[in-house]
Amino acid sequence: MTDGGRHSRVAVVIFPGSNCDRDALGAIEAVGGEAVPVWHQSRDLQRCGAVILPGGFSYGDYLRAGAMAAHSPVMKAVRRHAEQGGAVLGICNGFQMLLEVGLLPGAMLMNRTLRFICREVYLRVERTDLSLLRTLTVGQVLRLPIAHKEGNWFADPAVVRQVETGGAVAFRYCDAGGQVRPDANPNGALEGIAGLVNREGNVLGMMPHPERRISRLLGGEDGKALVRALVEAA
Amino acid sequence: MQVEVRVKLKDQVLDPQGEAIRRVLSNLGYGEVGKVRVGKLMLLEVAGDDREQVRERVEEAAKELLANPVIEDFEVRLP
Repeated sequence: MTDGGRHSRVAVVIFPGSNCDRDALGAIEAVGGEAVPVWHQSRDLQRCGAVILPGGFSYGDYLRAGAMAAHSPVMKAVRRHAEQGGAVLGICNGFQMLLEVGLLPGAMLMNRTLRFICREVYLRVERTDLSLLRTLTVGQVLRLPIAHKEGNWFADPAVVRQVETGGAVAFRYCDAGGQVRPDANPNGALEGIAGLVNREGNVLGMMPHPERRISRLLGGEDGKALVRALVEAA
Repeated sequence: MQVEVRVKLKDQVLDPQGEAIRRVLSNLGYGEVGKVRVGKLMLLEVAGDDREQVRERVEEAAKELLANPVIEDFEVRLP
């Protein structure tokens, strides 16, 4: 547990091809956590209370984004940690991994435009009653960058209904005023879904990058509260 | 033996890549092409003579890794 000190250990798993791991490590330190790099061959999470699966192109996105990483040795430990209620944040490629291992529902298709999209988007916060989201307010609009080619979230209609009625949507793409509209949806994700949370509230996956918005000098601080919530959950 | 695994997007899943190919084909004068779907073909060299056992193992591998059942169907073909 956190006491404002540096006892909240958060693991950042590094896969071959991860490229947001250093930003994630830095973000954890910036909010007072202890950041622990963990190699994907590791079979445990080195006594960390929370874990980030960072963005990047693990295994070169071979086969499907996140598919190979989902079978890395460390993912057994991540699954165990999640099943015991431990906090997990999957960002971008990390979100794709959480879908591939089935910790969150659905799958990612190629963006509707077929392009890699790297730009700022707006997100509307849909829930705050869970520990990983409690530093935010409902309806709050966050401005965060996205950088992906497979972020077009898809599931069959029954699963989409479950996700909606079960309150699994953490974030939706919106305009600057917080309106969820088709033209504010960068990649074609169903229902404008940008982030999902599991029923227990301890596993959060999102395409946008909070770890890249920790400092005003580097584009803004809209990601800081989320990283802080994760560190406090560790 | 060489085993083919064909992976394709499920019919109800939109395939923007296939649609882009169809548009270009149409521009090239292949207007008769009404629909294009893009899939993956994987060729696996598999040890073993028991065809049913080989099929079973490859289907297991396809379910576990080669295809994502949320968006894809697969088909295993033996020589």
